[in-house]
Amino acid sequence: MTKGRFGIHGGQYIPETLMSELENLEREYEKYRKDPEFKRELKALLDDYAGRPSRLYYAGNITEDLGGAKVYLKREDLNHTGAHKINNVLGQVLLAKRMGKTRVIAETGAGQHGVATATAAALLGLECEVFMGAEDCQRQALNVYRMHLLGAKVHPVSSGTGTLKDAVNETMREWTTRIADTHYVLGSVMGPHPFPTIVRDFQAVISEEARAQILEKEGKLPGAVFACVGGGSNAIGMFYHFIPDEQVALYGCEAAGRGISTKDTAATIATGSLGVFHGMKSYFCQDEYGQIAPVYSISAGLDYPGIGPEHAHLHDLGRAQYVPITDEEAVSAFEYIAKKEGIICAIESAHALAYAMKVVPKMSKEDSVIICLSGRGDKDVAAIARYKGEKIYE
Amino acid sequence: MSRIQDAFQNKKAFIPFITAGDPTLAKTKEYILQMAAAGADLIEIGLPFSDPIAEGPVIQEADIRALASGTTTDKVLEMVAELKGEITIPLVFMTYLNPVFHYGYETFFARCQEVGVCGIIIPDLPYEEKEEVLEVADKYQVELVSMVAPTSAKRIREIAVSAKGFLYVVSSLGVTGVRSEIKTDIESIIKEIRQVTDLPCAVGFGINTPEQAARIARHADGVIVGSGIVDLIAKYGDTAGEAVYQYVKEMKEAII
Repeated sequence: MTKGRFGIHGGQYIPETLMSELENLEREYEKYRKDPEFKRELKALLDDYAGRPSRLYYAGNITEDLGGAKVYLKREDLNHTGAHKINNVLGQVLLAKRMGKTRVIAETGAGQHGVATATAAALLGLECEVFMGAEDCQRQALNVYRMHLLGAKVHPVSSGTGTLKDAVNETMREWTTRIADTHYVLGSVMGPHPFPTIVRDFQAVISEEARAQILEKEGKLPGAVFACVGGGSNAIGMFYHFIPDEQVALYGCEAAGRGISTKDTAATIATGSLGVFHGMKSYFCQDEYGQIAPVYSISAGLDYPGIGPEHAHLHDLGRAQYVPITDEEAVSAFEYIAKKEGIICAIESAHALAYAMKVVPKMSKEDSVIICLSGRGDKDVAAIARYKGEKIYE
Repeated sequence: MSRIQDAFQNKKAFIPFITAGDPTLAKTKEYILQMAAAGADLIEIGLPFSDPIAEGPVIQEADIRALASGTTTDKVLEMVAELKGEITIPLVFMTYLNPVFHYGYETFFARCQEVGVCGIIIPDLPYEEKEEVLEVADKYQVELVSMVAPTSAKRIREIAVSAKGFLYVVSSLGVTGVRSEIKTDIESIIKEIRQVTDLPCAVGFGINTPEQAARIARHADGVIVGSGIVDLIAKYGDTAGEAVYQYVKEMKEAII
């Protein structure tokens, strides 16, 4: 079996032009991840710049209202730049700098990963260019402007469906064009090896902290953890240190869009099949001839036709369950948490909350759950208003 | 000797690429015959994919047009089957792994053999991953062509040693598409390959003019042109036959 496998998934299905750079990246990552100086510098950035450790907040009002297990929120939305994306980006941009790169490129869906990459590049003095679907640029205009403010150049991608998958295509194309001085800061646990491992390692801090925090607060492990899944970076971060704890149920909440029986969905596990795309073997939404399907979700960050290879493997093993959540359910959860807890969360994260709301009431009050609040929802306010048919000044 | 290598026998091979189904499969068949008549030595037939990450805008758009016109793997195979008896030069597929994987390796390569396709180029299947395809492709005598890039460096020998059919030497960094200048030291890459194999080396990516083709052919055994042809089809659509014929003829003459 070839390198970077999670069961049958993963691998390195990528043009030859990029292979020697992937070998280089793997070698350099192996070196720096054990390097005490690199680790110290990354830790300092995560703590003092990004604001880690993120809080584990007991959501008392929601707990009381749902009447089941105690609900805790892992507050990745309180990180600098407002999402979990910064964890991976600080690691990768620092690595890129150590590798002697002077320029980073990135894809972005909702814009959170683009903003995080632009932020880290500004901080560490690297040039930054971000590729973003033209459709997403419209949905997330504020994030486009944020990236401009941070000194990054944003390229709207109009090929294909103009969403996240097309942004990934274009960033890969750009990387094959300019490799020597450029690192591709991949934003999720996807792509060719070693990316799924690198991104997972940098995001694993979420569950490393959460596991210690819940043990301190509850004196025992939670009954379940919930996270939204597009490519799956916050979910793998939230799951990782709980994977060996068999008693902890892991729920990955996919974007069902208008429903898994419609074509307007991005729920890969529910509607996809095994394939090879974007450098990896995994599950993808595709047609009967293996053409990648256009996907849809209200959430630009989950609007992706695949899922990371480690999630595909956890699904095969039955260790994690992947469940579809519709736009409607996510929007309800988005409004619910705003009114109950005074938190406007990302519409992506609202997918995780929406499924937790179905499970928590059936659980014992002695139990607890953790929901990964992967990002804050300022970016989504205009889109939610549009969805509700309310006219506001944007 | 394989049929692919026949294309390089005692001559420099001109290898045009065409996206199947752009604008229609009937036209693709007609243009393939025109290219063969104009002197093409081997033809690459692009099996369209929704997300061709190694392609520049010209071939990306051709793939979109082809898929929009209802092109499917089955229909492309049927079109190629109709060419049997009408064409003697070898035909190879160029596509991405997912359409082949999804069709099923066994069924796909069996069909290739049936319709007379004798090779396949899969840009997103590097040396490290080729094992899963190789055995089945071999079984049906479809040669899996390996690519070598300007960045391959130490990998060149490893790739060349176990290569089949011909070596596809990528001329430049980046994606397919017309380039005004090719700066890579093609000569050194080919020398490196020749140290370990006698297989022919064909160079592709960015070649468009007869002058470029002639320059490349001084070192290479063959010249591959994709976007230059696809561009003509984009421009003339249903009536591109004459332009494609003339272009292939001119390019072939330039490398003789």
